[in-house]
Amino acid sequence: MLDQIQVERLEAQAVNSAKTRQPLYAARKKIFPKRASGSFRRFKWLVMAITLGIYYLTPWLRWDRGPFAPDQAVLLDLANRRFYFFFIEIWPQEFYYVAGLLMMAGIGLFLITSTVGRAWCGYTCPQTVWVDLFLVVERAVEGDRNARMKLDAGPWTARKLVLRASKHAIWLVIAAATGGAWIFYFADAPTLIGEVFTGAAAPVAYATIAVLTATTYTFGGLMREQVCTYMCPWPRIQAAMLDENSLTVTYNDWRGEPRSRHAKKAIAAGQPIGDCVDCNACVAVCPMGIDIRDGQQLECITCALCIDACDSIMDKLGRERGLISYATLSDYNANMAVATGGGERPVDPSLVRTAGGTFSEKLAHFHIRKIFRPRTFIYLGAWSAVGAALVYSLLTRERLEINVLHDRNPQFVTLSDGSIRNGYTVKLLNMIPEPRTIVLTLQGLPGAEMSTVGVDLTPARSFATLVEPDRLKTLKVFVRQPPGQILGITQSFKFRIDDRAGHESAEYTATFNAPENAR
Amino acid sequence: MSSEHIDDVSGISTTGHEWDGIKELNNPLPRWWVITFYVTIIWAVGYTIAYPAWPMLSSATKGVLGYSSRNDVRNELAAAEAAKGKYVAAIQEKTVSQIAADDALREFAVAAGGATFKVNCVQCHGSGAQGSKGFPNLNDDDWLWGGMATQVEQTIMHGIRFASDPDTRQSEMPAFGAIITGDQIKQVSAYVAGLSGPVQNKGLIEPGAKVFAENCVACHGANAKGNREFGAPDLTDAIWLYGSGETAIAAQVREPKHGVMPAWIGRLGETKVKELAVYVHSLGGGK
Repeated sequence: MLDQIQVERLEAQAVNSAKTRQPLYAARKKIFPKRASGSFRRFKWLVMAITLGIYYLTPWLRWDRGPFAPDQAVLLDLANRRFYFFFIEIWPQEFYYVAGLLMMAGIGLFLITSTVGRAWCGYTCPQTVWVDLFLVVERAVEGDRNARMKLDAGPWTARKLVLRASKHAIWLVIAAATGGAWIFYFADAPTLIGEVFTGAAAPVAYATIAVLTATTYTFGGLMREQVCTYMCPWPRIQAAMLDENSLTVTYNDWRGEPRSRHAKKAIAAGQPIGDCVDCNACVAVCPMGIDIRDGQQLECITCALCIDACDSIMDKLGRERGLISYATLSDYNANMAVATGGGERPVDPSLVRTAGGTFSEKLAHFHIRKIFRPRTFIYLGAWSAVGAALVYSLLTRERLEINVLHDRNPQFVTLSDGSIRNGYTVKLLNMIPEPRTIVLTLQGLPGAEMSTVGVDLTPARSFATLVEPDRLKTLKVFVRQPPGQILGITQSFKFRIDDRAGHESAEYTATFNAPENAR
Repeated sequence: MSSEHIDDVSGISTTGHEWDGIKELNNPLPRWWVITFYVTIIWAVGYTIAYPAWPMLSSATKGVLGYSSRNDVRNELAAAEAAKGKYVAAIQEKTVSQIAADDALREFAVAAGGATFKVNCVQCHGSGAQGSKGFPNLNDDDWLWGGMATQVEQTIMHGIRFASDPDTRQSEMPAFGAIITGDQIKQVSAYVAGLSGPVQNKGLIEPGAKVFAENCVACHGANAKGNREFGAPDLTDAIWLYGSGETAIAAQVREPKHGVMPAWIGRLGETKVKELAVYVHSLGGGK
């Protein structure tokens, strides 16, 4: 029976509960989250391992690009203005790919939020992951909730000093490793790690490590939930992404109320009792210091640890799991209507259960169908459209380009035989990491020939030049049209470039200017 | 002060100040803010000791670190000079033709020469080296004194008709207004204009050829192609320093204008003159 099972009651009080709502400018009250265990906690460990693994290991992945390009799979080469991502290489003018990815990240966030609520906040946000990691350290050094509270309240003994010092030391090491890992995305990681430890790396590398160490330590160790509550804009925006069919972490008061600390007494007095035994386990594990039983609130990052905590209590009591669960507002409202007889009365446990103790059939349960609704389809459509456009553009993009600048001063030069010459700065972009022989050809402009400083001084309609791998080559090209063939003060013609080996070509339409009295 | 006084509504102690019944709550600034504020004060004091700060009668305190922004500029300029050193040394060593043939050196010389050009040459030759009436266009392929890099270098170095340089390019066309008659001038102008374009009175060409043969061939040559030795222009081409057409030619025959270009070796030095020569040579008309 219920009252025979003793549930430990925690003297936990929510820092941000509805009853004791803090003014905005209040000193922080410390939160000592208790360790939770259960399926969501296991899932969070897995997500933590994956996200931290991606962050720390990515710079060490190798990707062979031949002898003319770096072999680091992901590399932001700021010095040479190149971004490498596995088989993709991006030049600065192709930065719209990154803009596209950011759009996809934004729309993806909307999509995820509208279906499963703030899953980003609860599981994958770096702030959440690192705070979780820092809490692991804190628990390992100082113990779980009660031990930490006792230590915090106690006087500064030698033991407290040692524990605090070691905790902060480990935090700083993790923070430094976090800041340290960041710089490997910007240079060849195996080379840079040697330089970092021998003091040979660039000052900006050390400055970056220092800044990121400081922010990681401050945000992850010292500020924690305050970053989410006060600094992050996302909790404010999320309300617009959620609707009555979004899954959020919900306290199902239709089965929890009325709460009863003393079930035996209540039953004896003939009072109705709900499933919530008011043990405060959900409050004790909350890293945000809230009481989920107050309902959905800005501070809740939906980390679902309260679900784990409550489920383990329900298991002990032999009741169904899910007093706190992922539920949609529409299901919740429907069930509340059942429990309150259509809102006529306070929650009555007898309305949600049959005489046999099982749940009433009138109760609503989450159905997977709720995920598929116009809102999520629109988000998914927009997300896929941006993604498809990026993939299409990536597959069809040019790796050989030509840019031409027409000399403006002088626009044309009359030569001794009366022919007219125009000057052009021609830029050839070889965007693959292999050297290429590019043939530059004149198209149109009858009788005209070009010469260039440095490549081949004999005038011709066409000439070949070698462009270094992954580089831009600038040529000064003079185009000269003989007298008698000049068709007007401006003529249009084309510069065409061909990579005969790679069967790639590009064109640029340029103009040729002549004076009015040209013969 | 009654700092113990607690405000009934907010439960916060007051500062004891009261105006018209309104009491001031004692909400001190956050500690981190106050600490940061004091640290900035300490920092400011340290800064004025470490860096130049306090104005004195004639100058300011130097600061114990010995920092000076002028030194920074000096060091940066020295570093820039050092970075250029490799190229400058090579330019000093090599002839202009060798520089023009070497890709890396030419690129450097064109950039450096272009900068020198913008400061010293644009006043006459124009910002695009396009020249104007009386000032030659340096982009074209017509050269009074020769368009090879060494010849351009020689011209820049010693100038043209620049009296104070003994090696200057020297030539002078006589004022034929005092030598031949006005009719003869008309005739020879028609002949010369006819070498490269249409003329109004074709009847003047034949006597003009005679006048030309008697007076002009010594410098301009029998075929009127000019002579670089004397800076005598080619009269058969499409490029006219003092204007094309019979009237402009007649004016130049009657009383020729002679442009003067200064010698630049004294002002710019050999390296810069070489860079300039390579730059001018690269403009497209270089031989």
